[in-house]
Amino acid sequence: MTHEGSGGLLVDAQVRRGEFTLAVALAAAPGQVVGVLGPNGAGKSTLLSALAGLTPVAAGRIVLAGQVIDDAGTGEFVEAAGRPVGFVFQNYRLFPHLSVAQNVAFSPRARGLGRRAAEAAASQWLDRLGLTDLADRKPGNLSGGQAQRVALARALAGQPALLLLDEPLSALDAGTRLDVQAELGRHLSDFAGPCLLVTHDPLEALVLADMLLVLEDGRIVQEGTPAQVARQPGTDYVAKLVGLNLYAGHADGSEVALAGGGALVIPDHGRRGDVFVAVRPSAVVVSSARPGASSARNTWPARIAGLTMLADRVRLDLDGQPPALVDVTPAAVAELSLSPGSQVWLTAKATDLDVYPRADSQPR
Amino acid sequence: MSAPAAPSHLTARERARRAARGGASRSAPAPLLAPALVAVAFLVLPLAGLLIRAPWSSLGAALTGSDATQALVLSLWTASASTVISLVIGVPLAWVLARGSFPGQRLLRALVTLPLVLPPVVGGVALLLAFGRTGFLGRYLDSWFGLTIPFTPIAVVMAETFVAMPFLIITVEGALRSADPGFEEAAATLGATRMTVFRRVTMPLIAPSLGAGAVLCWARALGEFGATITFAGSFPGRTETMPIAVYYALETDPDAAIALSLVLLLVSVVVLVLLRDRWLRGGSAP
Repeated sequence: MTHEGSGGLLVDAQVRRGEFTLAVALAAAPGQVVGVLGPNGAGKSTLLSALAGLTPVAAGRIVLAGQVIDDAGTGEFVEAAGRPVGFVFQNYRLFPHLSVAQNVAFSPRARGLGRRAAEAAASQWLDRLGLTDLADRKPGNLSGGQAQRVALARALAGQPALLLLDEPLSALDAGTRLDVQAELGRHLSDFAGPCLLVTHDPLEALVLADMLLVLEDGRIVQEGTPAQVARQPGTDYVAKLVGLNLYAGHADGSEVALAGGGALVIPDHGRRGDVFVAVRPSAVVVSSARPGASSARNTWPARIAGLTMLADRVRLDLDGQPPALVDVTPAAVAELSLSPGSQVWLTAKATDLDVYPRADSQPR
Repeated sequence: MSAPAAPSHLTARERARRAARGGASRSAPAPLLAPALVAVAFLVLPLAGLLIRAPWSSLGAALTGSDATQALVLSLWTASASTVISLVIGVPLAWVLARGSFPGQRLLRALVTLPLVLPPVVGGVALLLAFGRTGFLGRYLDSWFGLTIPFTPIAVVMAETFVAMPFLIITVEGALRSADPGFEEAAATLGATRMTVFRRVTMPLIAPSLGAGAVLCWARALGEFGATITFAGSFPGRTETMPIAVYYALETDPDAAIALSLVLLLVSVVVLVLLRDRWLRGGSAP
């Protein structure tokens, strides 16, 4: 798992900011896009700040492309200006007094190229990102999507060995976001070094990242491929993001005793110990009366606490043992006359439950 | 339940104004209005007097008199020179005060801004005691280099810089403090050294405040009187600046005094126009 000397990024460090401590260990290979997902205040930006050299680590070290760039043990530290790191900031931070071309030429010039050479380097990047027509504009006259591309061009023009993107799409409106996201994906796959993409948008992380890290309260609570994380979330935060019901419990063969009360029948694979059970909201069936004999192994009463209209379905928020989010069609809501306070019965097939070991119970 | 007050009359114009701006009546209460008018009269009437008494027909002659022209030329170049000096040494000091972190920083800031509140004549005395022929520094300038500063145009520039530079420093320091550090961080991640960040990002971003500070500094230097007359004296053509010329001309040639005053008034108005975006709108600068 080591990428030392191979152009990759290796972090095993603690970063302190006031009372807050971030402790992470991660490795990113060249060409890999690591999505860093987490709620506000989880330490995502602190991580990027440490990688960029804007915040020194308090313990541990960071190695980039085989070279130590920060080591609290030995005191080695490469200043931000000396790190081959491209940073696309959340609000882009384009220099308002410089034109698009000058913004993109900033890094080549700062890194020692003459004015003409820097302009030539910048114009290549402008061309590559389709910005040539905007070269003379000031950042104040750009749309959100254009500004995002300029920020990316400016970061890439310094020929970084590591690319950092802090919520690169959060400043965009929903209409342009998907287009820009697809385009960003193409540019990221062209980038040769490792890339860290901080986001709190699960879709962005799923689409753009090869690997996901979930940060909560300054530590990594889950890591895996986007598919793994989306299918088997390790915390309530991720479960909410990907829209799954997640229950912690203790498995004993064919039954899981849930930590919050209640029990679920699962397919018996001889699993024992602490587990998570994930259930899709569309896999739970709602009935107005207690269902008769059925193949579904889980049946429990619940009370409707709330209804939310989603795009083409209604999401029911149900209190019960266990509580659940369930998606039904608007027609079902009308036929069963579902409203807040209604008593209903929920059923779920054992085979629709995804059961997997709980991370906290595993040695990390 | 109490009844509403008897209705008063609201003109269509006032209705529109309140609808556009929102809020209730904004007319000033009478106890505030009267003193406010007295204050306006006190500030504006003397200036009106200057305009009324101005020798409009002989204005040209009064201004082209050799003393007046000499004073004008001297004032313009010394004020400009002290502004340039303030920019060269004051802006770096503003940066150190805004960004540095060292023991005694607060004391240093207080010392630097002291000339703002110090009576200028005290500044003149202090300069004389330091750089005068027998001053603790002037003594060596005189014996080692044969340099005598007091009562020369150099002394005028020094007196003006002493009094005016703090205006530039506090303006620029304030701008540096309120500038978004995000741009400087971005520049650092793009490989810019601290000096490059200062030159290519920080300075351009605070350019409006830098301009305002320089104009303010120049205007203060142009109007300097107390420190200048104390440290540099009032030799016509050598150290007699406009304010000093006005002061002496008032006895010998009142028309010239008024004409010179008008010029200074005009300069002040121009300065206000240049700074209007920052000050006349009230609140913080854009």
